[in-house]
Amino acid sequence: MDFNFIRSYIPIYVEAGILTLTIAAIGIMFSAVLGLLCSVIKMMKIPVLKQMVAIYIELSRNTPLLIQLFFLYFGLPKLGIVLSSESCGVIGLTFLGGSYMAEAFRSGLESVESIQKESALSLGMTKMQVFRYIILPQALATSVPVLCANVIFLIKETSVFSAVALADLMFVAKDLIGMYYKTDEALLMLVIAYLVILLPISLLASWIERRVRYAGFGNTSTVSGN
Amino acid sequence: MQDLGIQVLFQGTNFLRLCGGIWVSLRIALVSMLASILLGILLGSIMTSKNKIIRFICRIYLEIVRIMPQLVLLFLVYFGAAKHLGMDISGELSAVIVFTFWGAAEMGDLVRSALISISIHQYESGYALGMTKKQVFMRVIIPQTIRRLIPSAMNLLTRMIKTTSLVVLIGVVEVVKVGKQVIDANRYTTPDAAIWIYGVIFLMYFAICFPFSKATSILERRLKD
Repeated sequence: MDFNFIRSYIPIYVEAGILTLTIAAIGIMFSAVLGLLCSVIKMMKIPVLKQMVAIYIELSRNTPLLIQLFFLYFGLPKLGIVLSSESCGVIGLTFLGGSYMAEAFRSGLESVESIQKESALSLGMTKMQVFRYIILPQALATSVPVLCANVIFLIKETSVFSAVALADLMFVAKDLIGMYYKTDEALLMLVIAYLVILLPISLLASWIERRVRYAGFGNTSTVSGN
Repeated sequence: MQDLGIQVLFQGTNFLRLCGGIWVSLRIALVSMLASILLGILLGSIMTSKNKIIRFICRIYLEIVRIMPQLVLLFLVYFGAAKHLGMDISGELSAVIVFTFWGAAEMGDLVRSALISISIHQYESGYALGMTKKQVFMRVIIPQTIRRLIPSAMNLLTRMIKTTSLVVLIGVVEVVKVGKQVIDANRYTTPDAAIWIYGVIFLMYFAICFPFSKATSILERRLKD
């Protein structure tokens, strides 16, 4: 182990880690919005849109992120749509994450019993109010465990971004191995970098899950993966 | 409008080569899945053990596998093993090792949760009917466990197939690599082939995974009734 080497390359890893996290955060935010939209469309059974959402969810769930990225980055320019690595990463992650988030929200929305909606309507609330104040808060609380699992899953998935020339953690590690043959040092820093990012998030997620469970929202439904 | 080079797909053996490429990924997924099922059943039975130390070790193993991106594990084995063990492990072999390491943990957890989901009454009723311990396991517990396992194991298989797309990043010549070769070989005659090649690869993965995930959801629904 060459600790001087490690010390001198820590800043590069930090930079790459921040880039990974930034793109993950933007992608996760967009996929949450997309997922909520899709699940609401599914719940309201809006014609045409409903079928489109169903097709999107199947396409996104049954293909690997890497292939989606290759299509975006190398395929689309042939149609005249040129995307930067960063926007490819965000779009790819949103395309993948949207369907996972949609499934999470859907299971949450379905868990709210129809008596809740009916009672609210009979109290004179409008449809919008029912959704905003009655259904959404309960549904969100139920989906929390799955949402947390999705966040961790999506952060892990960002590791393939190096394939579209995004200078993320994997990219830096591969670079150092290729340029200096410092395999051990590069791999050690890679593992530590991912632990530093993912361990706190995973601990936080299980803490949130416990909190929500104690709050009385039973249903600790199955955790979805990639 | 131009045809954007779709004819590249039908030239020579290009399409067959792509199919051969996807078979390489599938083969890795199937071999790892088989090994994962066998090891997972073993691991799952161990995880239900009452010994706290054994349970703790299993827990640590599971968490390590869950927290590390599979690509990082691939890098560790592919680059790390070559250096330390002095072995020249092929990309395909390291992929099988990593996916088995990962799949066994996931499968073990599925087996564990299926085993503990069978209520104690099932055992007790079996004993009350005068069955031996072996009979209870063979005729009561295992059939129910397998019934509960099939949907989640199939879900794991689709995840495994999707994850094998990563092996191109450690130099295995599979469908994406073959696709790149085809694109490069036709760079001058049909510069727009990329959209078709990557589109076809995208649809190939979909065609393989979709039946499994559909079957999973049908089985899950039937299991609920």
